[in-house]
Amino acid sequence: MNSFMVKVNRFIEVFIEQGGYNEVLTGLKNTLLIAVTGLIIGIVIGTLIATVRVLPKYKLISRILDKICTFYVALFRGTPMVVQLLVFYYVMLPLICVKMTSVSVAIAVFGLNSGAYISEIMRAGILSVDPGQMEGGRSVGMSYGATMMKIVIPQAIKNILPTLGNEFITLVKETSVVSFVGATDLYVAFNYIGSNSYEFMVPYLVMALIYIVIVCLISLGIKLMERRLRKGDRK
Amino acid sequence: MTENNKDLIIVTDLHKSFGTNHVLKGVSTTIKKGEKVVVIGPSGSGKSTFLRCLNCMEDPTSGSVLFDGVELTDFKTDINVQRQKMGMVFQHFNLFANKTVIENIMMAPIYVAKKKIRKHKKSDPTPVDDLKTAKRKARETAEALLRRIGLEDKADAYPSSLSGGQKQRVAIIRSLAMNPDVILFDEPTSALDPEMVGEVLELMKELATEGMTMVVVTHEMGFAREVADRVVFMDEGKFVEEASPEEFFTNPKAPRLQEFLSKVL
Ligand SMILES: Nc1ncnc2c1ncn2[C@@H]1O[C@H](COP(=O)(O)OP(=O)(O)OP(=O)(O)O)[C@@H](O)[C@H]1O
Ligand SMILES: [Mg+2]
Repeated sequence: MNSFMVKVNRFIEVFIEQGGYNEVLTGLKNTLLIAVTGLIIGIVIGTLIATVRVLPKYKLISRILDKICTFYVALFRGTPMVVQLLVFYYVMLPLICVKMTSVSVAIAVFGLNSGAYISEIMRAGILSVDPGQMEGGRSVGMSYGATMMKIVIPQAIKNILPTLGNEFITLVKETSVVSFVGATDLYVAFNYIGSNSYEFMVPYLVMALIYIVIVCLISLGIKLMERRLRKGDRK
Repeated sequence: MTENNKDLIIVTDLHKSFGTNHVLKGVSTTIKKGEKVVVIGPSGSGKSTFLRCLNCMEDPTSGSVLFDGVELTDFKTDINVQRQKMGMVFQHFNLFANKTVIENIMMAPIYVAKKKIRKHKKSDPTPVDDLKTAKRKARETAEALLRRIGLEDKADAYPSSLSGGQKQRVAIIRSLAMNPDVILFDEPTSALDPEMVGEVLELMKELATEGMTMVVVTHEMGFAREVADRVVFMDEGKFVEEASPEEFFTNPKAPRLQEFLSKVL
């Protein structure tokens, strides 16, 4: 026990007096920034892909778009996120001679990647909405796109909210791979503290706790949102 | 309703197949403005398919549907604009579950107003309502329609909290809000508990009295007798017999109709 207290003291020393908390705050900020922005981009991309994939297929253009989307989804689901990140950062960017910060790269890759996963979730969500909702919209003269946007997708999102929440949690956890392209996340921050205090037990323990707290908060948020949406139904 | 007796919908040799299933086998008919046509027939005879071809919810395989002079089967026709003049009422109501009752009714009018504003050219001398005015008008219309069916206190409720009869009456006024030239009804009372059938039929009879053009697929023979100008018997994808209700029920000619009536009456 005594030696554990020594380790705790050492951690506190580096965390507070040597400014380790700055690293942790940056890491926390990046983790959340990458996960949240990635999720938002993912929802937009995923919704677009899902809409294309549930489109009636009698026009050539919708068949071509469908093929492209299928390829996209297969590509991003078929390779590990780390690989996507590395390829984007070390292959794509130099090839097209564009400079981006590692955090922006992480956001882009997380968005593209979660777009592929969310498109599948969203497609299931759209198919779970009663087809009568589309018919109702079309029968009053609204276009396919307008009915989709205003009637079907809002209901689909409600149905898939728990699954979307899980996707968000996955994204938060997966941010630990961004250190591969040099971005600071929680892992990098606590690793820094560990290296400076020559002991890793407490930093990694605290890191794990922070992840758990974040995930619990997200789960709670989703529950509250679901409850509010359900209330809306009964009013 | 000034031009009664004008031809509103002219259907010519309408065919519809689902894959190899040939459902409509050449239907031709003319529906006049103000006319109430009731379609009856055995299950699977193609009644819903016929109705849904009238507003191209199903695309006819061949044949023509001329609505107020516009060919609906022509792919250059903007079907959405045409549907705004053709209400449709479904067996399962199809109210928007994520919208309140009043939003359900205001949805299409506001959608149309927004489109008008977007398309409006500055050079065009006839002014259009701005969005605020359009929304206010849509709300006033919706409120008036809700008062008419006695559901003004349900304006901000969600459809899931309504009874079946209330849902169907809201669905009917939702289509009325667009001020349509015709309303198509596909078994509007079939999904209702018996005690709620009356209130829906009552509202439909009101519309009929006011001169609305109606095409109604139903099993309610009483309604057909009382309201229809013409009753149609559909069997195996064809109009087998059409007559005034009087003639239709007392003096059916086709053997299959006689058999059908003996079962349902
Ligand atoms: N979207 C569809 N895809 C494939 N087949 C269909 C479709 N809609 C209808 N059918 C088929 O067309 C035939 C006629 O169906 P329809 O719904 O028009 O009959 P109906 O007269 O309305 O019957 P009911 O009284 O049961 O409503 C049936 O055999 C049905 O299986
Ligand atoms: Mg039917």
